[in-house]
Amino acid sequence: MAANVLDEPEVEHEIQDATWTLNFGPQHPATHTTLRIVLELDGERIVKATPDIGYLHSGFEKLGEHLNFNQYVTIVDRKNYISPPMNEVAWHNAVETLLGVELTPRCKYIRVIISELARISDHLLCTGAAALDLGAFTAFLFAFNLREQIYDVYEEMSGYRFHPGYTRVGGLLYDFNDRVLDRVRGVVKSFQNVYADMEKLLFKNRIFLDRLRGVGVLSREEAIAHSCTGPIARASGVTYDLRKDKPYLVYPELDFDVPYCTDGDCWARFAVRMEEMRQSCRIIMQCIEKLPSGPFNAPIAEKFPIPDKATTYNSMEGLIQHFELIMPNRGLETPHDEVYAAIESPNGELGYYLVSDGSQTAWRVRTRPPSFIHFSVFPLLIKGHLIADIVAVLGSLSIIAAELDR
Amino acid sequence: MRADDPCLKQMKPPELSLADRFFLPQIAVGLGVTARHIAGVMFRNKAITVQYPDEKHVPSPVYRGVHRLNRDEKGRVKCVACMLCATACPAHCIDIVGATAPETWPDREKYPESFVIDELRCIYCGMCEEACPVEAIELTGLYDLTGLSREQMIFDKAKLLSVFDATSNQEPMKYGKPPERALGSPTTELAPG
Ligand code: SF4
Ligand code: SF4
Repeated sequence: MAANVLDEPEVEHEIQDATWTLNFGPQHPATHTTLRIVLELDGERIVKATPDIGYLHSGFEKLGEHLNFNQYVTIVDRKNYISPPMNEVAWHNAVETLLGVELTPRCKYIRVIISELARISDHLLCTGAAALDLGAFTAFLFAFNLREQIYDVYEEMSGYRFHPGYTRVGGLLYDFNDRVLDRVRGVVKSFQNVYADMEKLLFKNRIFLDRLRGVGVLSREEAIAHSCTGPIARASGVTYDLRKDKPYLVYPELDFDVPYCTDGDCWARFAVRMEEMRQSCRIIMQCIEKLPSGPFNAPIAEKFPIPDKATTYNSMEGLIQHFELIMPNRGLETPHDEVYAAIESPNGELGYYLVSDGSQTAWRVRTRPPSFIHFSVFPLLIKGHLIADIVAVLGSLSIIAAELDR
Repeated sequence: MRADDPCLKQMKPPELSLADRFFLPQIAVGLGVTARHIAGVMFRNKAITVQYPDEKHVPSPVYRGVHRLNRDEKGRVKCVACMLCATACPAHCIDIVGATAPETWPDREKYPESFVIDELRCIYCGMCEEACPVEAIELTGLYDLTGLSREQMIFDKAKLLSVFDATSNQEPMKYGKPPERALGSPTTELAPG
C-alpha cells in the first residue's frame, strides 16, 4: 500500500463503476475523537476500509525527551485521557523498573485502587458510548454519572479532576486520606446501582443485541496475529491478562476473575468489559480493606521521591534532596539502560519502552498504545458489513485518538 | 493464563425468552428504570446536576486552581527568587526576575522583582507548589478563572498577591499537608481585571 491513502493509484475503471468512496471522519460524532476512515463501498456494504491516522498527533512521545521523569507524568495523562491514572501507573512502572525503586506497600495498594478506578471509568465510557452510538442514550447517561463520581475521587486525592498527575517516581503526590477513601467507597456503592441499571437497559435489549451479535468477528488466530491484548483479545478467547500472567504491584495477593468469551464479536467485547468492571470493583473493595498504613513514598535514601514539606524544612538531607531533584544536572545518576515495562490498561497492554542516558530525562520514550494496535484490526473487522455497523465496531474497540496518534 | 485456570470466567450470550423477543416487555423494563430516576429527581432530591452559578461546587482542599503568591507575617512576598518553581514547571510558564533584597529585609538575599505566570499556558499540575522550598507559591481553590483578553490572563506579582489577599482567610497555607477547609464554605470571587 502506498504510504498515504490519497497517493494510491486510481482504481480500475470497471471497479470505479461499481464502488464509491466515502470519508468517515475526521470530524464525525461517532468517532468521538478525530479519526478518519476512507471507505470503499458497494452500495451500503463495505468492500475496504482504510484507516488514516495522524490527525491528533501532538508530539507527546517527543516531549518525553525534554521533561524529566516526574514532569512527564503530566503528558502521559493526556494520552489516554479516558483513564489518566492508568497511564501514570504505566509510566512510573517503567521508570521504577529502570531505576530499581521498590515501592512501599501502601503506595502499591493505592496505585492498584487508582488503576482499577480508571479501568471502571474507561469501560463505563466505552460501553456507554457504544450504547449511545447504537441509540441507547439513557444507559450512556447513567454511565457518565458514575464517571463524574470517579472524577470526584481524583479531585479529592490529587486536586485535579481530569488529569490528576498523581504518581511520582517512588511514590505519590499526596497520601490517601479518609475523605478519599470515603469517596472510593461511594463509587463502589453506586457502581452496583449503575451496573444494575445498565443491565436492565441493555443486556436483554433485542435491538442492542441484534446490532452487536455477529458483527465484527475477530477470530482467536487473528487476534494473536495482530497482537491484540486486553478485552479485545479476551473477547476472542485469548486468555491473556498481564495482571495474572506477569503480575505487578499487588495483584497476586488479590482475588479476581478474568472474564473471556469465545465469540469475538462486538457483543463479546461489550460483555467482557461489563464483567471486568465488576471484577475491578471487587479488587477495589479488597484493597480498601487491606490498605496498609505506613509511608506512601519510598524512603529518602532511595534518592528519588520528593520529600514532603516537613522533611524539607526540618532535615538537611531532605532539603538537599529537594533541591537536587528539581534542579537539572545535579548529579543524580540513572543507569545507562533500556527497559520495557507494561501493565494491563483498560484497553490492553500499555507499555513504555524507555532508554536512559544517565540523566533525569529519558533519551527516548516509546509508548505501546493499545489503541494503535486495535485500530489496525478495524479494516479486518468491518469488511463486508454495512455502514451502520462502523459505529458498533468502533465503539467496541474503544479507540482513543490522542493515544493512537500521540 | 492456562486454559484451566480457575480464575477464568466465560461469558455466555443471554438467552432471550419469547417475551423478550417481542420488544414490549423490555420496553416496559427500560421505561421503568427511567421512571424510577425521574421520580428520584422529582421527589427525593436526587438530581446530580448543579445549578451553577447559584450553587457552586466546593473543590477539595488540595484543589489546583489559580495560583497565589503568599505573604509572610510582615506582609512581604514570601518568595526568595530561587527559581525552583520555574525549573520544575513542565509548561515553562513562570517567568521570574530576581533582584537583591532591600536593605530592610535582613532575612534574605533575593526577592522577585517581577513574577509572572501565564495562566493560559499553565496546565495546573501543581509542580511549582511542590517544588517551592518556602511555600511561597500555592494553588488555590478558585476554579472560575476567566478573562476577556490574553493579557488579562497573564498574572503579574501584584495580581498573584491579590489572589492571596482574597483567599488567605478561606485557605490557610498548606504546610505540606492538606488543610482542613470546612466543607461547604463558599469560594471567594476574584475581583475582575
Ligand atoms: S501549575 Fe504546573 S504548569 Fe502551572 S505554573 Fe505551576 S508548574 Fe507550571
Ligand atoms: S515561588 Fe518558591 S520556588 Fe518559585 S522562585 Fe519563589 S521561592 Fe523559589
